[in-house]
Amino acid sequence: MNPLYASRRRTDRIVKALCFVAAAFGVVWLGLILFTLFYNGFAGLTLQVFTQNTPPPGSSEGGLLNAIVGSLIMTAIGVGIGAPLGLFAGTYLAEYGKYDRLAPVVRFINDILLSAPSIIIGLFIYGAVVIPMGGFSALAGALALAVIVIPVVVRTTEDMLGLVPNPLREAASALGLPRSLVIRRVAYRAARTGLITGVLLATARVTGETAPLLFTVLSNQFFSLDLTRAMANLPVTINNFVQSPYAYWKELAWTGALVITLAVLALNIGARILGAERTAK
Amino acid sequence: MTQMAIAESSSMEAAAGPHDRARALGAFKLGDAVFYWTTRICALSVLAILGGIILSLIVGAWPAMQEYGFAFLWTQRWAPSADPPVLGALGPIYGTLLTSVIAMMIAIPVGIGIAIFLTEFCPQWLRRPIGMAIELLAGIPSIIYGMWGFFVLGPFLANTLQPALIAAFDGVPVLGAIFAGPPSYLSLFNAALILSIMVLPFITAISRDVFQTVPPVLKEAAYGVGCTTWEVVRNVVLPYTRVGVIGGIMLALGRALGETMAVTFIIGNSFRISSSIFAPGTTISAAIASEFAESDGLHQSSLILLGLLLFILTFFVLAAARLMLLHLEKKAGK
Repeated sequence: MNPLYASRRRTDRIVKALCFVAAAFGVVWLGLILFTLFYNGFAGLTLQVFTQNTPPPGSSEGGLLNAIVGSLIMTAIGVGIGAPLGLFAGTYLAEYGKYDRLAPVVRFINDILLSAPSIIIGLFIYGAVVIPMGGFSALAGALALAVIVIPVVVRTTEDMLGLVPNPLREAASALGLPRSLVIRRVAYRAARTGLITGVLLATARVTGETAPLLFTVLSNQFFSLDLTRAMANLPVTINNFVQSPYAYWKELAWTGALVITLAVLALNIGARILGAERTAK
Repeated sequence: MTQMAIAESSSMEAAAGPHDRARALGAFKLGDAVFYWTTRICALSVLAILGGIILSLIVGAWPAMQEYGFAFLWTQRWAPSADPPVLGALGPIYGTLLTSVIAMMIAIPVGIGIAIFLTEFCPQWLRRPIGMAIELLAGIPSIIYGMWGFFVLGPFLANTLQPALIAAFDGVPVLGAIFAGPPSYLSLFNAALILSIMVLPFITAISRDVFQTVPPVLKEAAYGVGCTTWEVVRNVVLPYTRVGVIGGIMLALGRALGETMAVTFIIGNSFRISSSIFAPGTTISAAIASEFAESDGLHQSSLILLGLLLFILTFFVLAAARLMLLHLEKKAGK
């Protein structure tokens, strides 16, 4: 065989092998992390975790009830504020933004906020909400999460509305529907699964967020539903427990980590299935 | 909701007569205006958030800016409890840049390698599962990476890879100082490795997407003149998608610079700069995360100033990334 050709084939084989190794490398990390989580957290995953509050130091009786409830409340408020705002902003960019010189600027800034460090958002909320309110509060945490939700929803809303074929809008307009009803009744309906996917992805994104909560809600050892005070939440509780010297706290932290990861993966997979259904149609 | 109800009921009455028709049109007009301005104000609120972030950071950082001025950037000492407190940002800035650079050195070849594998070599039935696994890697919360790095990766590295590297480079001039012992659970190197795993999915996802924009005709032409797969990738796919891949890399870099929880757990939180990458260090975000809740006065203001520096840094990196990706979209004929 021609030696030049042989060396070209060899290079090709080597690169193929390296790419294969790279792919294996990526998949192995996911496997390792999930394995560690199950190995350390599964044993502690009992009913008690969901029915009892976080234990005091040294005790080995207790669960994560207050933290889970707190996380659910803050995520719900954060998504509840962020999702409609992001939905409307995305609608503006997709439906009205074509001839507005401001729209590209908003789009650009939104894309930057999408990847901005979440700890900076914590600092922002600390200065804008925690200091004026005079203390750490669940509301501040929820607002920090909302600020993270908004760019995600803006982006997906704009993308999804962009996929709605224009003839649908033109047909509705030809029937005499005003612009706002064309958007609400026709475009939203056509893009519905896509819009829900966006909100699910945003929820997944904030579910495990820890950095912006560290100094906006702090945490709370007790069960609390008061939005104006510090509230227990899963990520910060995990953060505090993992670094503690108590064995039971560490065990609870692993269980909490498993719960939170499963929730995030379920949301991600759910969003993907919804998205896949859409493209299959 | 009431707006919609009005519009609906009046549209049904519209056929009744000229007067009702005028009313219905009026309701439509009002509904349109209300909807338009609602969406517009929401869109502008995105700009308001950016303004709010910058403003609140500057206000919070003002006392530290006045006290230290530009010397803040090149002072290494960080002594919040001294009287008066001496605070400098050099340690965290060094740690942030170093961990990000090492993380990118690992993540760029691996991430692009996975993307090449997925688009060129991978059997069809494996593409979706592997692609999905990599994307799920991006969904795992960063605190999980931190715990995992602290309990699993840190001890593993300190017992195997680190001693091996230290022994291998012992006595070599420059490298000997970079890979100097003792091995440690908490080090800049461990943090960089965790970071590289975290940003891997971003590089892979964007590279894969831009690789798929290469027109098949170009690739077929190259195969037609006898190129091997690697030669097609190197001479057709990579040059064609260069800008997009670099955009993806910058985006990942933006993430790496600002990543907080994963790094905080395993970097050791030391403000001293050491020549060894196995020594503990700190990053801007780790410093803020571990000290902010217990800080006050000038100490807190300095931490906010650190945050402002981080925001400026990531803003420019991310802006460059977006501009590159935008350029590619235009080229693709959008």
